[in-house]
Amino acid sequence: MSGTLEATGTPTGTPTGTPPVDEHGRVYWALADCWNVVRRGLTHYQRQPINIAWQLGFPILSVLLYGYVFGSAMQVPGGGDYRDFLMPGMFVMTMAFGFINTATLVVYDSTKGVIDRFRSMPMAPSAVVAGRGVTDLIVACAELTILMLTAVAMGWRPDGGFGFLGAFALLLWLRFALIWLGVWLGLLVPNPEAAGGLFAVAFPLTMISSIFVAPQLMPDWLGHVAAWNPISSTAAATRELFGTPVGSGDSWVEQHALLMAGVWPLVLTLIFVPLAVRRFQKLSK
Amino acid sequence: MSGYAVRAEGLEKRYGEKRALDGFDLAVREGTVHGLLGPNGAGKTTAVRILSTLVKLDGGSARVAGLDVARQPREVRARIGLTGQYAAVDEVLTGRQNLEMFGRLFHLGGSRARLRAGELLEQFDLTDAADKGVGKYSGGMRRRLDLAASMILTPRVLFLDEPTTGLDPRGRGEVWDSVRALVTGGTTVLLTTQYLEEADKLASHITVIDQGRSIADDTPDGLKSTVGGDRIEVVVAERADIPRAVKVVARVSDGEPESDETELRVHAPVTDRVAALTEVARTLQDEGVRVEDIGLRRPSLDDVFLRLTGHRTDVTEDEDIKGGTPKDVKRDAKEAVA
Repeated sequence: MSGTLEATGTPTGTPTGTPPVDEHGRVYWALADCWNVVRRGLTHYQRQPINIAWQLGFPILSVLLYGYVFGSAMQVPGGGDYRDFLMPGMFVMTMAFGFINTATLVVYDSTKGVIDRFRSMPMAPSAVVAGRGVTDLIVACAELTILMLTAVAMGWRPDGGFGFLGAFALLLWLRFALIWLGVWLGLLVPNPEAAGGLFAVAFPLTMISSIFVAPQLMPDWLGHVAAWNPISSTAAATRELFGTPVGSGDSWVEQHALLMAGVWPLVLTLIFVPLAVRRFQKLSK
Repeated sequence: MSGYAVRAEGLEKRYGEKRALDGFDLAVREGTVHGLLGPNGAGKTTAVRILSTLVKLDGGSARVAGLDVARQPREVRARIGLTGQYAAVDEVLTGRQNLEMFGRLFHLGGSRARLRAGELLEQFDLTDAADKGVGKYSGGMRRRLDLAASMILTPRVLFLDEPTTGLDPRGRGEVWDSVRALVTGGTTVLLTTQYLEEADKLASHITVIDQGRSIADDTPDGLKSTVGGDRIEVVVAERADIPRAVKVVARVSDGEPESDETELRVHAPVTDRVAALTEVARTLQDEGVRVEDIGLRRPSLDDVFLRLTGHRTDVTEDEDIKGGTPKDVKRDAKEAVA
């Protein structure tokens, strides 16, 4: 009989401290541990589906508010329909705000001691962070799907095919990059309330972009800032890929939206992965 | 069952200028409950975090279950359990989902994790609440689930870091019962606590830590006897009677009586217990001193703690410690005892 079986017996009858025999390599367990952390994250949504509703409430309300209330007063450069302009912006905004969810969940786990329990167990330490990231990407897919169905119900008609898939991938790519910002912030801020406060910072940052209004319609200096906002590139690129492009400004970054929608998240990832990993390692200092 | 389950020598840990551990030694015999007592900020939690591989040590060495915590952290983790203020269960999941998740993360595999979860739920008397969210559990139930999660692999060494802090007496009793059962099953327990009663009830051996060093290491009875033997204690009704009570008590005592003005209490060490009690009771009555209470008291761990560290357990951090180095405290304690 292997040690693994003994360990599952009744505590009184078995020798203590017999760890399971490692039949698999480290890579196998890193993946298996990651998957088990993901399962935990998804079970949370299954047990509290209201959380998805909260996360989607803001973008859906924004679509309704901007689309119907302000929609008639909004101009789109090149004269397209404002709702066609707005929908990709909403998708980008949802992805962008995602880092707040990541940060909130991480800070919750670290202050409550769940991360410490994971770290005291013989599981792969990488799974703690990787599991969070994979969970958030899966949830992001679900969010995008729900938002797109809402948009279609409101009359949004994107091009299908590879353009659509490309846009979807770019949105997830942005979300992926911001996971690391979220993990880093989650390990940095002292409590979940502080993580919630990040919204106050994130909201203006998403407004000064091409999400709601085209930068060329803003005052000159603000338009430049908005054009160089990383999320503007993703918004412009997805508008193109969804087949609802708008006349873009003539700055270099606006002319190369597709390229920059790939580059910006890469830059963010390269900055925040090391920061997040260092912060995680600092837990054992 | 001989030898040490935990052995730490000269542990050091610095946080900036502060020395959280300053040459801390600890030896825990296999199959025992070992209490680690100390005021807040003394280094208890740092010690547990180092021994459970959560934090790296700056100096010294530590072996847990025969393995070096610095060199073989992963192997150590497969043989320990950690429960307490800093290791939690998931509050959204149900009790069963928690144990199954932790079981899979302990690499039991799905079906064995399920089986083990069922066993532990039964063992810790949580079967009825198994499929409720942990957020709805009482404090005692949550700690028991916490303990169950630490017991998934039946660890050689279980670290209990203030396992009953914040629990009501009933919850505390539940946790105590569980801990006793675990030790019967062969697990060694290192228990940190602020409740001396808890250490007295559970631990067969106690280390007192203050300012990052162990300043005493003995059985509970051994520690108590260092403080001195029995004391006679009189509580008077009027503050004005305290001096007279002191005089009366002094006659039967072999030491200097101490008095507490606010609690109207006079107490002193005695050797001949019964004779002293009768004598004091009679004399006080003769002199017309009104007495609220009179009795003999054996020293408690509270007394030990007070003598050793210079303050009571509920004193928080720094302010009270700043007065002297650990050596001073030790010397003071010895003088106080002598």
